[in-house]
Amino acid sequence: MLGESDQTRRGAVTSKFVRICPEDYPGVAPKLAVRVDDTVKAGSPLFYEKNHPEMVFVSPVSGVVTRVERGEKRRILYIEVKADNTNEYVDFGKKTVASLSPDEVKKTILDAGAWFTIRQRPYDIVALPDKQPRDIFVTGFDSSPLAPSYDYILEGQEADFQTGLDALAKLTTGKVYLSVHTKTTSPALRQAKNVVINEFDGPHPAGNASVQINHIKPVNRGEVVWALNALNVALIGRVFNKGVADLTRTVVLAGSEVKQKGYYTMLIGTQLSSLFDQNVTEGISLRYISGNPLTGRKIEKDGVLRAYDAQVTVIPEGDEVHEAFGWASFSPERYSAGSTYLNLKKKYRLDARVLGGPRAIIVSNEYDKVFPMDIYPEQLIKSTLAFNIDRMEQLGIYEVAPEDFALCEFVDTSKLELQLIIRRGLDLLRKEME
Amino acid sequence: MKALRNYLDKIKPNFEKGGKLHWLYSTYDAFETFLFVPNTTSKSGVHIHDARDSKRTMIIVVIALLPALLVGMYNVGLQHYLSIGQAGVASLLDMFLFGLLAMLPQLVVSYAVGLGIEFAFAQARKEEVAEGFLVSGILIPMILPVDTPLWMIAVATAFSVIFAKEVFGGTGYNVFNVALITRAFLFFSYPSKMSGDQVWVRTSDTFGLGGGNVIDGYSGATPLGQIATTEASSFGEFAFHGVTGQSLSLSDMFFGFIPGSMGEVSTFAILLGAIMLIMTGVGSWKTMLSVFLGGAVAVLIVNLFAQNALMGMPVHYHFLLGGFAFGAVFMATDPVTAARTEKGKWIYGFFIGLLAVAIRVFNPGYPEGMMLAILFMNAFAPLIDFYVVEANIKRRLKRVAAVKTANDQ
Repeated sequence: MLGESDQTRRGAVTSKFVRICPEDYPGVAPKLAVRVDDTVKAGSPLFYEKNHPEMVFVSPVSGVVTRVERGEKRRILYIEVKADNTNEYVDFGKKTVASLSPDEVKKTILDAGAWFTIRQRPYDIVALPDKQPRDIFVTGFDSSPLAPSYDYILEGQEADFQTGLDALAKLTTGKVYLSVHTKTTSPALRQAKNVVINEFDGPHPAGNASVQINHIKPVNRGEVVWALNALNVALIGRVFNKGVADLTRTVVLAGSEVKQKGYYTMLIGTQLSSLFDQNVTEGISLRYISGNPLTGRKIEKDGVLRAYDAQVTVIPEGDEVHEAFGWASFSPERYSAGSTYLNLKKKYRLDARVLGGPRAIIVSNEYDKVFPMDIYPEQLIKSTLAFNIDRMEQLGIYEVAPEDFALCEFVDTSKLELQLIIRRGLDLLRKEME
Repeated sequence: MKALRNYLDKIKPNFEKGGKLHWLYSTYDAFETFLFVPNTTSKSGVHIHDARDSKRTMIIVVIALLPALLVGMYNVGLQHYLSIGQAGVASLLDMFLFGLLAMLPQLVVSYAVGLGIEFAFAQARKEEVAEGFLVSGILIPMILPVDTPLWMIAVATAFSVIFAKEVFGGTGYNVFNVALITRAFLFFSYPSKMSGDQVWVRTSDTFGLGGGNVIDGYSGATPLGQIATTEASSFGEFAFHGVTGQSLSLSDMFFGFIPGSMGEVSTFAILLGAIMLIMTGVGSWKTMLSVFLGGAVAVLIVNLFAQNALMGMPVHYHFLLGGFAFGAVFMATDPVTAARTEKGKWIYGFFIGLLAVAIRVFNPGYPEGMMLAILFMNAFAPLIDFYVVEANIKRRLKRVAAVKTANDQ
């Protein structure tokens, strides 16, 4: 895909307001901990999980809560905090992981609002703190299109990263597995201690946690494992080393429509309009994505950096394009993962069009090719659509996350919304099972 | 193109909700998306999509069918002029034109009836019109005898589209291959029009073209029909002959200059289509190869115990004659009715080959077995998949059991 960023750091981005969106955190039922006009510090809870009040979600800045925007059924869309200029942090105190008990480690991460970084299988939700994970899996690279280089971002964060790994090691009686790319030279990843390192190679989705788990030690029914990426491990490490909730991310700005690409640092929830101003193609409608083009979230031009993302992508929307006779096209601009097009170019400028209408599943062996796990994706999708719980369990629903179906969704000739199907299936399944 | 786009934009409101013609929206949508790639953008999930869609997939199959169709049309003309003894006089163009005129009404009827029903059902369901029939519609005239009456094609097409496809939910949900059901319907309803030695060559004129009297010694039997009814006691004593009694060489059979269904005669043209399907990844090479493997195994066994000419017919004749190659390349690979797992495709194809040969050899009434073999395996494809997927499930359950015993100890 066109629009890869080179490795250049372009400084920090700040905005007057930050917005935290509870919908970013799957499996979390938000309960507000603040009201409009409350004063908060960076690290003060904004909301918490209804059934796990110890799981708090904190403000990344200090300032005043200005708005709680609600949508349908009073669902909280975002909580807006107006940043003051001083950015005062709640002081949790620096801690050495080695001297803490597992419960103290857990409490430290929870209090600092960094718990959300840990996701669990099954259900792909924010890890439930009262469950014991069998193992913890750390992904050491991102293989998705235009993804940031973890090696590059982790430069200078080696100590935080190791502290994070040490903290995670305390949280499981099993092992912490770190998956690195065969080509990585990052000292943080290569010389990580207290973990089992596995090497992975190959195209996307080699970097997905589920794929790595499936190849290292698959999840069985009744088991819980946790998964997070290396950037989030460093974020957890910072909690211990600095004693504050520092929700800073290094974010790559990429995509074919961005003029000045590069790596920026910013807090989660930072408004991105200043990043886009004068920096994107003009005259056509654009799609702004927080995250990568496969799993990211569509945002508006004044949208904010979402909680889990270290990437912001801008691609053409494509809604003004009317391509004639696409089915007969020999146009070199059309990209297909299969061989029904010639695919002569190395890189393509892809837009957000679906490029077809929804159909029943017709072509076979399409998903399998981009789904490198010991699972039958098509059969799993069908059982999920029918919500046949027994069948879903048998076919491995506990091992997957919606992101694993992103490539299936991309190549799908029938243009079905597979990630949405799996997300809904997982949520419904969790409701049934608990 | 721009003017067309503007025109479409202008008439679009009529078909949308609240418009006068809103009940025709599926039809409008089918034409609009045929002309222009839809500009809808993704709402959930991935933001980028592959350029391949259902239309692209189907059009590739149609293109892959063209060589077989073109050679078939030529052959229809060739057989006709041979039968009236004018093969020496008629030019290549005459023959092709004769075939084209013979085929065209059938194609038009099949498309008109099939697509008409598809549009109506899509309309009633308020869905987009699926492209599946674009392929079925061209397959139907290709697998029928050239003299099949048009009204029969219309009835059979309507039957199979409604009862083999739409009642199951439309393209993607059907259990049986639609084109083959059409043929099976005709075969069992009007056997006299679907087999024997009178239907494979058009002896009368077409739209006034190529009139003449059938020569003495004419016989319109297909090679498979000949060997099925021969008195010869072994293959060695038997010889295939063409419509004028001339002997048929292997190359005649390979390039398709023999009596038979239009699309099925030319193994050469079918191979071109197979290459196209395999290169684009639209047809499964596993299915194709395993059909031939299954056929070869069956023939070799039957050859060993040969009691008559048909049982003694070598493998390559089986592959060159009748609908074997056509079925393997274009029918067995229909993804909807075939096995959907990769391991399953090997099993599915293998049994099609095996059964096709078995039906051919051990059946005095019907010399060709490909259609029935594929339909039979269509019914078994879900069962094959079931066992393939079951193996995966067992592996998963075993894993759980292993963890349990480890924990118990």
